[in-house]
Amino acid sequence: MSLSQAAQPAALRKTSELTERLQRALPKLVLAPSFAVILVGVYGFILFTGLLSFTDSKILPSFNLVGWDNYAKLWGFRNWITALQNLAIFGSLYILICSALGLFLAILIDQKIRIEGILRPIYLYPMALSFIVTGTAWKWFLDPGIGLEHTMHVWGWESFSFTWIKDGKMAVYCIVIAAIWQSSGFVMAMFLAGLRGIDNEIIKAAQIDGASNFNLYRRIIIPILRPAFLSVFVVLAHLAIKSYDLVIALTNGGPGRATEMPATFMYSYTFTRNEMGIGAASAVIMLMMIASVIVPYLYSELRGGRR
Amino acid sequence: MSQATPETAVRTSLLVRALIYAVLLIFAVYYLLPLFVMLVNSVKPLDEIRQGNMLALPQVFTLDPWRSAWSTAQIGVQPTGLRPYFINSVLMVIPAVAISTLLGAMNGYVLTKWRFRGDGIVFGLLLFACFIPFQIVLIPMARILGLLGLAGSTPGLVLVHVIYGLGFTTLFFRNYYDAFPTELIRAAQIDGAGFFRIFWRILLPSSGPIIVVTVIWQFTNIWNDFLFGASFADVDSQPVTIALNNLVSSSTGVKEYNVHFAGAVLAALPTLIVYIVSGRYFVRGLMAGAVKG
Repeated sequence: MSLSQAAQPAALRKTSELTERLQRALPKLVLAPSFAVILVGVYGFILFTGLLSFTDSKILPSFNLVGWDNYAKLWGFRNWITALQNLAIFGSLYILICSALGLFLAILIDQKIRIEGILRPIYLYPMALSFIVTGTAWKWFLDPGIGLEHTMHVWGWESFSFTWIKDGKMAVYCIVIAAIWQSSGFVMAMFLAGLRGIDNEIIKAAQIDGASNFNLYRRIIIPILRPAFLSVFVVLAHLAIKSYDLVIALTNGGPGRATEMPATFMYSYTFTRNEMGIGAASAVIMLMMIASVIVPYLYSELRGGRR
Repeated sequence: MSQATPETAVRTSLLVRALIYAVLLIFAVYYLLPLFVMLVNSVKPLDEIRQGNMLALPQVFTLDPWRSAWSTAQIGVQPTGLRPYFINSVLMVIPAVAISTLLGAMNGYVLTKWRFRGDGIVFGLLLFACFIPFQIVLIPMARILGLLGLAGSTPGLVLVHVIYGLGFTTLFFRNYYDAFPTELIRAAQIDGAGFFRIFWRILLPSSGPIIVVTVIWQFTNIWNDFLFGASFADVDSQPVTIALNNLVSSSTGVKEYNVHFAGAVLAALPTLIVYIVSGRYFVRGLMAGAVKG
């Protein structure tokens, strides 16, 4: 193309230069709208919410700066402390039990099980459901008047009692139960992918050395799964901090406000109680929590990905 | 079969294998039980639920709860059933999935085949956007939708889902196109093919699997969304998840459990069908979202 350019009239050369430059800019132009909406809709909005968290916004945003007042108030609210405690209980049990159960099932399924093709989809389908659907099912299941307890009574086990969902102290464990049901199959799939990626030679070598099955898993296979553990942890931690729908559907934050979580706290303070400044401050803290998990992870993943 | 199958790397005895099967089957029951309970009780009359046990098959079979959940149950103040909300969800999910998938494909194409200075930073910023807690954007988004005149409307929800879906769709296509041979692109360029021509004629035709993964991922997420629907929709645009929650948690009148279950299954049906039809791709999407390449 450039060979013939010298022979072209000046005007024509100019337009072809223009199209050339347009061609070169085209990829960036295509990417620009997406990048712009993300820049505004994610990072701009984060800044805006961050700003609001330092103002006395109530039902509408205001720009009267009040310093750290909202944050100071936030830590004085019993509801916020409850929300953080619940998140700690829920998050740690959810991550721990999901990982343990997921790994356990993955190891069992990896033993050349003939019906694997049937079992895997059964373990995984809850992940396709909305948390609202899961919440509806488990709310009923755990309801003493009609669900499990009632059924046990009908079957003749009169003394059976399971009233966690009505009990302020125990209701948060009901959320754990339902959330584990929904996510553990997915964790199983992640570990299974990790197990399938392990080189069989390593396992054979260990067996020749006389390692028992238990030792084989404890000393060799599970340590190799480290990256899978990391991914599972990041995914579950981030789901736990964001969990909102399931709480709304299962307990709606109750009984009382006993199962309040940061996500439900933020929503009710912002949109129901008209304390937008407080709501914004709680959202900022949620972002910090997630960022502290995600940023190091993404950083290491992207570093590792660069060859 | 006295020993484990010969190709097994880890050897196990027959007794252990029987135990493994038993445990795996017990867990299959555990995962299936809630769905079974919902289905069984959605075809029972209400009295039977109240007195009987939840695992029993119906003595009297009735589809009335399904009819009621679909078209006559009281949701909010209107006795409309879930139908109008189901339609809202469909009207929201189709454009949102289509737009975010197409944009994600273009972005992935640019980020892998037309690399420029700073593209890593752009990708990093897009990636982090996948994980933010949406609470951090609710307040400004409500304002912006109001300013754009899109508050409480389906186009508003489509916009929101496109913006917050872009991170994942871009991620999927970027990882997929990263493995696509760049020599083919170079060859096409030498033949004089331009930016869009290469995309339409070379990359897109071989993107089948990743398009399926992305569409399923986006469809499931957007269909199941609750937070954005609760924050930005009004009665005329509420998606089915909101309506289901209103139906189930309404405090007035008798609790019609059978109708609740029928409603829950109805709301879950589209994603369940997608999962049953293309479960393999669904899993691959979940993995791609979790394990970055």
